[in-house]
Amino acid sequence: MSSVRLGPGAARLLVIVALVIVWEVGVRVDGDPLFMSPPSSVVVSLLGFVTNLPVLGALRTTLWELVAAFLIAVAIGLPLGLIIGLQRFAYRSFHPIVLLLYAIPQATILPLVVLMFGIGPASKIAFGATHAVFPIVVTIVAGVQGVKPTLVTCARSMGASRAQILANVVLPHMVPSFFTGMRLAMTSDLIGVLLAELYVSQAGVGHFTRLFTESFEPSKLFALIACLAAIAVLLNELCRRAERRMSRWHD
Amino acid sequence: MSGGRWIYRLVQLAFLAAVLGAWQYSSSEGLVSPILLPSFTASVHEFVKVLSTGAFWPDLRVTLYELIVAFLIAASAGCTIGYLVSRTGYSIRVFDPLFAGIYSIPTILLFPLYVLFFGLGAGSKIAIGATIAFFPVVLNTIAGFGFVDKTYVTAARSMGASGVQMFWSVLMPAAFPVMLTGLRMGFIIAFLAILGSETIASLSGLGHRIVTYAESMDPAKMFAYIFFAILIALLLNTSVSMIEARVRRGHG
Repeated sequence: MSSVRLGPGAARLLVIVALVIVWEVGVRVDGDPLFMSPPSSVVVSLLGFVTNLPVLGALRTTLWELVAAFLIAVAIGLPLGLIIGLQRFAYRSFHPIVLLLYAIPQATILPLVVLMFGIGPASKIAFGATHAVFPIVVTIVAGVQGVKPTLVTCARSMGASRAQILANVVLPHMVPSFFTGMRLAMTSDLIGVLLAELYVSQAGVGHFTRLFTESFEPSKLFALIACLAAIAVLLNELCRRAERRMSRWHD
Repeated sequence: MSGGRWIYRLVQLAFLAAVLGAWQYSSSEGLVSPILLPSFTASVHEFVKVLSTGAFWPDLRVTLYELIVAFLIAASAGCTIGYLVSRTGYSIRVFDPLFAGIYSIPTILLFPLYVLFFGLGAGSKIAIGATIAFFPVVLNTIAGFGFVDKTYVTAARSMGASGVQMFWSVLMPAAFPVMLTGLRMGFIIAFLAILGSETIASLSGLGHRIVTYAESMDPAKMFAYIFFAILIALLLNTSVSMIEARVRRGHG
């Protein structure tokens, strides 16, 4: 036990810096430049992207695909989740079907989705949406069902109509779970869109990952993956912020 | 309550029948190109053929081999590192957010790199499966070992428990259920990632077979293998959950 202790955040930073240094030195000492790049040349490639219009375009396309798929999934998942969650009959009949479909590994239908929607952005959006819709439905159903029965009984005993109960009790109560669903949906959305991009792509990021792999330019590949990781972290963080903000009033 | 259950089953069956009926109708009437949608009966016919001839064996074996190796790597690395990190509250605070942060990046992004490093064969699939499964295992191991009720530890120590006794009789029983959840999650997402990466670029395996038939415009066989892969996924899901439940029961 040392007497002077770094804060956990500083120590974490130190670990990351140490790993980057090991990576840099390791590759410089003993690394095949066709397969591995030191972080310094990755940064150079990253800066090179700023003027590389095709790559920028591909990144923008991917971002657009992610957002479009997400919006479609919300537009479908929200009403579906509300109907299944609120309607006893719909819940008993269709919730098992939703869970069964959710359990299916969607990677198996990726070639089919591409056959149907082509190799352009449409197939990425479709695949991202099918990934994102299930977490939304399932969390919204859980959120609607999680409303305390006492509250509903209470509102009813005070003479609230079904519509009033829905608008003033149920909907406000499912806001936190709605945002939890959005966050989970974004995680799945990313997996779906990126899988489809990597599978086949005309001018998207998948095209460039393949190009950089086949032309043995690992520094550009690393840089592109870093950009995508940044997009993923950004979108995830946005959803997490929204979730935290919207669930705060609830406690 | 249970008296009305058949109604829901009926609705579910009707839904299924409607989907399959629409499928069969639209393909037999030529509403959808047969390359996109073969007739349902033809797909089932191929599926039965795949099952009965055992043609699925070579691909299933490759996929399962990749899955098991990836899982073993992830489980041993995840449990060991997780245990070591969990030993002090300080190292938990340093490493736990680090692992959680990396986990929030979609791991499939690394696949192009792994193809570059390990080639198109099983190596890159094992690497991606092991990477993705590592995180739930390590995070749950940290959570399991890191938050054992201090009273038990103090009590055991005051009664003179040795380090080995402490590990097997106090820490392990407390941490095990949480670890088990991580292992199950890791196993399932490793399977999904391996299937996905076989679809993207591979030489063999279930995902590869589906892609091959899709690209050779043989949709009935493609659907047969989609059915088969879904069947395998459901089987793996249920058996892993059953193993978990059994271990939990025997343990608790």
